[in-house]
Amino acid sequence: MQRRAVLDLSRLPEDAPSSGSLTWWGTLAFMLIEGTGFALAVAVYLYLGSLDPGWRQGAPPPAWGPGLGVTLLLLASLVPNLLLMRWARAGDLKRTRLGLLLMAGFGTAPLLLRIFEFAAFGVSWDDSAYGSAVWLLLGLHTTHILTDLVETYVLCFLFFTRHGDHPRRYGDVQDGALYWYFVVLTWLPIFGCLYGLPRL
Amino acid sequence: MSAQPALPTAAEEAALARAWSRRPGFWGALAAVDHKVIGRRYIATAFVFLLLGGLAALAMRWQLATPEARWLTPDLYNQLFTTHGTSMMFLFAVPVMEAMGVYLLPLMLGTRNIAFPRLNAFSYWIYLAGGLLLWGSLLIDMAPDVGWFAYVPLAGPQYGAGKRADIWAQMVTFTELAALAVAISIVATVFKQRAPGMALDRMPLFAWAMLVTAFAIILAMPAVMIGSTAMILDRLVGTHFYNPAEGGDVLLWQHLFWFFGHPEVYIIFLPAVGMISTMLPTFCRRPVFGYLPLVLALVGTGILAFGLWVHHMFTTGLPRLGESFFTASSMAIAVPSGLQIFCWLATLWRAEPRPGDLTRTPMLFIIGFFATFILGGMTGVMVAAVPLDTQLHDSYFVVAHFHYVLVGGAVFPLIGALYYWFPKFTGRRLSEARGRWVAGLLILGFNLTFFPMHWLGLAGMPRRVYTYPPEMGWAGVNLFVSASALLLAAGFLLLLVDVALSLRRGAPAGDNPWDAGTLEWATSSPPPPYNFAALPVVRTAAPLWDGNGPLPVATGLATDRREVLLTTVLAASPETREPSPEDSIWPFWAALATTALLIGSIFTPWAVVWGAIPTTAALVAWFWPKTAEEDR
Ligand code: HEM
Ligand SMILES: [Cu+2]
Repeated sequence: MQRRAVLDLSRLPEDAPSSGSLTWWGTLAFMLIEGTGFALAVAVYLYLGSLDPGWRQGAPPPAWGPGLGVTLLLLASLVPNLLLMRWARAGDLKRTRLGLLLMAGFGTAPLLLRIFEFAAFGVSWDDSAYGSAVWLLLGLHTTHILTDLVETYVLCFLFFTRHGDHPRRYGDVQDGALYWYFVVLTWLPIFGCLYGLPRL
Repeated sequence: MSAQPALPTAAEEAALARAWSRRPGFWGALAAVDHKVIGRRYIATAFVFLLLGGLAALAMRWQLATPEARWLTPDLYNQLFTTHGTSMMFLFAVPVMEAMGVYLLPLMLGTRNIAFPRLNAFSYWIYLAGGLLLWGSLLIDMAPDVGWFAYVPLAGPQYGAGKRADIWAQMVTFTELAALAVAISIVATVFKQRAPGMALDRMPLFAWAMLVTAFAIILAMPAVMIGSTAMILDRLVGTHFYNPAEGGDVLLWQHLFWFFGHPEVYIIFLPAVGMISTMLPTFCRRPVFGYLPLVLALVGTGILAFGLWVHHMFTTGLPRLGESFFTASSMAIAVPSGLQIFCWLATLWRAEPRPGDLTRTPMLFIIGFFATFILGGMTGVMVAAVPLDTQLHDSYFVVAHFHYVLVGGAVFPLIGALYYWFPKFTGRRLSEARGRWVAGLLILGFNLTFFPMHWLGLAGMPRRVYTYPPEMGWAGVNLFVSASALLLAAGFLLLLVDVALSLRRGAPAGDNPWDAGTLEWATSSPPPPYNFAALPVVRTAAPLWDGNGPLPVATGLATDRREVLLTTVLAASPETREPSPEDSIWPFWAALATTALLIGSIFTPWAVVWGAIPTTAALVAWFWPKTAEEDR
């Protein structure tokens, strides 16, 4: 095939702004998948609840304590997350390290509280369909936190090695922070559903 | 203005080949991430599952050829129709369509590799493991026997004894995981890796079709994953999602399944439509008629596909109003399909073919598609009416209907596409002479096999029965159907022969054997590992038909390492250069660890905990930068 060169790409920049990169789009697609999964899990809860108003079979509404704690911790984590995003965008190695350490902490704390949250519902997964739906929602969201947390740990570790200080790794940190917003955001409707509906 | 940029030199092309080739040997093969290598494997594996599924179908037809046959036991018959249906839908139809996208999209869009190539490789291994799980279970007489949609309570803990339903549910997890991974790659590739100048309205229709399909996968597959996870939990740890005695509901399964299952049909059908819209203009020698309406029809079908699932549940006694709505939307989906058919006919009408163009093998399959699919669509509109469906539900009429849609609507275009793109895959052409026979045998054999099933259904023969008494009067037609299935099988056999012979002795294809207009034909056949030494620059929807002399190209991407060009989403103007991942063995290990986790979890919930450790380790190793390249 005859060719004729009309365009020279060699002077294009090598590191994309985070919002144009492939990982950014991949993260978005991932969120769409998980968001759909969460929406469906909530739909399962609502559907089963609407079939039979007595579906809790006498299980009390969940105690507020641990769930509220998880929610507040998650909301509080938005601040260091925002800072981390900013520091990584600026390529500030020291602060990015600090931010990652902070986020490792802010990811671990709600996970510990979560253990008590499961208990706060006073219902086991095999007691009733209500118990099953509660454990499904909590379980899914816990997995969600857990995967992001493992990623944060790994990135944190990586940033204390020679691999850290590279434009692409700062991009990874930003994508991770973006994902954390999503983890926090998806929790709010689930929280409303799990704690509000049984009290209506 | 600066001087004209120079075309890549021979030395630079050699460097490119070094940078992009997969490493030799066994481990090199396992570590490959080239979309062409993965795509080829995916396509070949999917066809193996088609053949296996076909053998299962033949066994069933052998059994049904005569009344009260004792050749298959009822239990084996149950395993066979379940494995056949499951294999065809989850291991053949969806994966093969995605695989065509994996192979073709980067070439059609003018880029050097797919986005997230390691994820893509991971997807293949996961898919393969899921397939081996299903067919392996048949070998040890443990295959699922609950039908391809595994309704509870039959598949629940009470009636589905043993591990068969769990195997089905976990196989679903494998295949959906694989499908979702490819969908992510496809979305990112289509949005960000198009050649400079390939604005969205210049994108090949096949790419549009794959984009809509990828979104449909992303929105549909989570439903069945949630559903089948809940099923496993019910069976393994005693949850009550589907147990009415404890506040669960069996119809919940049907909702979750069909929220996925109906779009699934379009996930299979849309890529096929995209293939037709891409092949047809080549043989008509005219750009496709109505590009914009065709795009809108693809998108519209993709959206409507999510409003239809309840039509699979008309006989479950849902509220009347709901049923009317779903009848209306089921009929509405005929509108975009009709629009497409109109555009294709108009393309044919304005065709300026050269002698013989319109009777090439791919065209024969397109014609076979028209005839068959229209009939399948019509019986579909019939069963979308609640009163008729009540009568025909679970009868052979339905078996006829969905094979008309699936085989006519997807398999025929796919085989046409195989004849069309085989030269690009292999550098050799399939035989036109044999191709005509293949087309004739398949189209004739198919109609002779499946058309009489409409009558069987109307005469009251239910689906999923392993035999029937002679008094029913179904014997003659069943024998005819089974004999015709042999004709159909002969067609597939001949296709296999043609592929085997042409791989070795087919006529050399050259870059562009059909004189087609899209970019995959702008490089050699088979393409070099880097696809394009210099990326094509696009100014129209059929860049190779522009007719203004040599192909305009862009230079300046790295030649000594893997690098791809990212362009803007709408206009595809060059934005950045991004490194493209090196080969890696870790997707393979990650898939193996995931397989251990998923298969283990059929037997004990603890497998999830223990399996998570090696899986996480493999994923970390996968993403950990290992070479200087990966630090860039
Ligand atoms: C190639 C020739 C084929 C033949 C001869 C064939 C034949 C059959 C037969 C005999 C049944 C069982 C009917 C019953 O007892 O209920 C069946 C079911 C089915 N087939 Fe096919 N089939 C073929 C291809 C395909 C293809 C290509 C697909 C999908 C892409 C497909 C999808 C299905 C499905 C989903 C079922 C339902 C399984 C179930 O009831 O759970 N078939 N087919
Ligand atoms: Cu449907």
